[in-house]
Amino acid sequence: MRSSKDADPSDLALRGVSYLVVTIFTIFCLLPFVLIVSASVSDENEIVQHGFSLLPRGFSLEAYEFIARSPRQLIGSYVVTVTMTVFGTAIGLLIIAMTGYALQRKDFPLRNGISFFIYFTTLFSAGLAPTYLWVARELGLKGNYLAVFLQLLMTPWLIILMKNFVRSVPAEITESGKVDGAGDFRIFLRLVLPMMKPALATTGLFLALGYWNEWYLSSLYLGSTVEFKPLQYYLYNVINTANALKSSMAGNNVSVTELPTNTLKMASAVLATGPIVLLYPFVQRYFVSGITVGAVKG
Amino acid sequence: MRKGAVLAMQLDARRARPATGIPAEKKHSRLRRIGHSKTLIIMCLPAILFFLVFAYAPLPGSWIAFTNFNYHDGIFGSPFVGLRNFEFLVKSGQLWKLTRNTLLYNLAFIVLGNIVQIALAVMLNEIRSKYFKKVSQALLFLPYFISVVLVGVIAFNLLNYDTGAINTLIEKTGGDPIKIYSEAGLWPIIIILFHLWQSTGYGSIVYFAAILSIDTSLFEAAAIDGASAWQRTRYVILPSLKPTFFILLLFSLGGIMKGNFGLFWNLVGNNATVYDTTDIIETSVYRMIISQNNFTTSTAVGLYQSLFGFALVMLCNWIVRRVNEDYALF
Repeated sequence: MRSSKDADPSDLALRGVSYLVVTIFTIFCLLPFVLIVSASVSDENEIVQHGFSLLPRGFSLEAYEFIARSPRQLIGSYVVTVTMTVFGTAIGLLIIAMTGYALQRKDFPLRNGISFFIYFTTLFSAGLAPTYLWVARELGLKGNYLAVFLQLLMTPWLIILMKNFVRSVPAEITESGKVDGAGDFRIFLRLVLPMMKPALATTGLFLALGYWNEWYLSSLYLGSTVEFKPLQYYLYNVINTANALKSSMAGNNVSVTELPTNTLKMASAVLATGPIVLLYPFVQRYFVSGITVGAVKG
Repeated sequence: MRKGAVLAMQLDARRARPATGIPAEKKHSRLRRIGHSKTLIIMCLPAILFFLVFAYAPLPGSWIAFTNFNYHDGIFGSPFVGLRNFEFLVKSGQLWKLTRNTLLYNLAFIVLGNIVQIALAVMLNEIRSKYFKKVSQALLFLPYFISVVLVGVIAFNLLNYDTGAINTLIEKTGGDPIKIYSEAGLWPIIIILFHLWQSTGYGSIVYFAAILSIDTSLFEAAAIDGASAWQRTRYVILPSLKPTFFILLLFSLGGIMKGNFGLFWNLVGNNATVYDTTDIIETSVYRMIISQNNFTTSTAVGLYQSLFGFALVMLCNWIVRRVNEDYALF
């Protein structure tokens, strides 16, 4: 019998390998970000001659200066995305919390029916084409920010996640509210909601991420019909269409060939991603709780 | 893919089951109870309305798959053509190619993804330094946090012919630069690597949480028996991960007809030279709508995907139910 686990050579070997592998993995997760930031502060001519590399080639803030000279598009995109994220998260969160609470109430006779109604949409759904025709044509939302805003309000998964979270609020809370003669909505708003802060933070984070990273619905329903595209769709255009770079720099009387294209793309990527990465350390723990909520509570 | 979802649903389904076994209550008291829960119904109303409008209402539009759709006559006025749209898809070999690519990519994602995630979770469990653990976990997640558009930017930075970082490196070491964007054979590797890059941190945390919930007395017993690190992993940790693994597997098998559209589109986009190895159902449907305004073929492909996917979920669930009822989704 061994006195300590650590005495076993195989333990030490596994531990050593683990530290090594996790370190390598971590570096791999980080490197691409370094690449992008380095490229954004590089000298365009150097990039054209020698290509991108891990460390900046030369040092120049030219790309950022270009964007700063005519920031209209970028600022507009920021306003659109921040507005959608704030309102979408708030409204979505309220709806999801209400539904999650109602669906886990044992005395709610319709809870299995409604749960299935929501869950079924993950099993079978109309394809992209019928959905597109319905939303764009029948609902008339083509070119309307609402097409993007509304469709991101909730997902079946977030409702089920919330339902599982609400279970951690003791049923006695609801009972005590009932004894005091409070209505169901009042119980939810005054008694249950304040106890669900971690759940709201986690669900809110997923919602906010959905809004912040949205580019797909925008490409379908907004396209080029709106002046200010949501941020990630703006970035998508800057990267993928040669003209988007020029038109977003409309104030400058320069031809596409004079633009520092490579570094501009990278600088746009940094500016479009920046806030979410800066926010990341503060919200990351909620993210973990969202992933593990189902896994740990067997 | 959101794995937490699966687990949540799974638990949900399991918890719901006993409720259905409760002996039937008297009909009139049930009605009265529904009457009493008016407020709760109203609280669910926005969500019900949402799914009604955005998930159920488009369903009848699938009829387009059997018509020669035109805007003027609308969905139900356009001429009926039976199965001709599907015939075209089968004969052109398109359906086979899309199905093959979608299935193979997902199989690779599932197999490699789970291996890497479990291995990483086991290793994360070996990390003792609190600080190291915190920092590494935070960074492992970071790729999941960013938009796929940025993943596309990263790919452009690394892979493009003129200025890409990989070609820079190749040239520096004296090699000839590769036209990566026109090498169809390279793309399965590239896509799989980027997928793993974005999803490994996330997935490994699910397994890591499962390892943390293992009864510590099992580890103590293993230590007393003088188990080596390998034996402890093989006989204590891996068996404990089995339920998590099966639930995740079942779910991913059910979704095997659905692709990671955003990733594929932002890596490949309209680059037709590599379609043969990169085109999946979602990308082809998206392209048909965005650039060709083709609604008949895209609806047909979408319907095929939904039906096939639905049948697969049912089949997988049925098989799992027979093997071990506890692992079944519903």
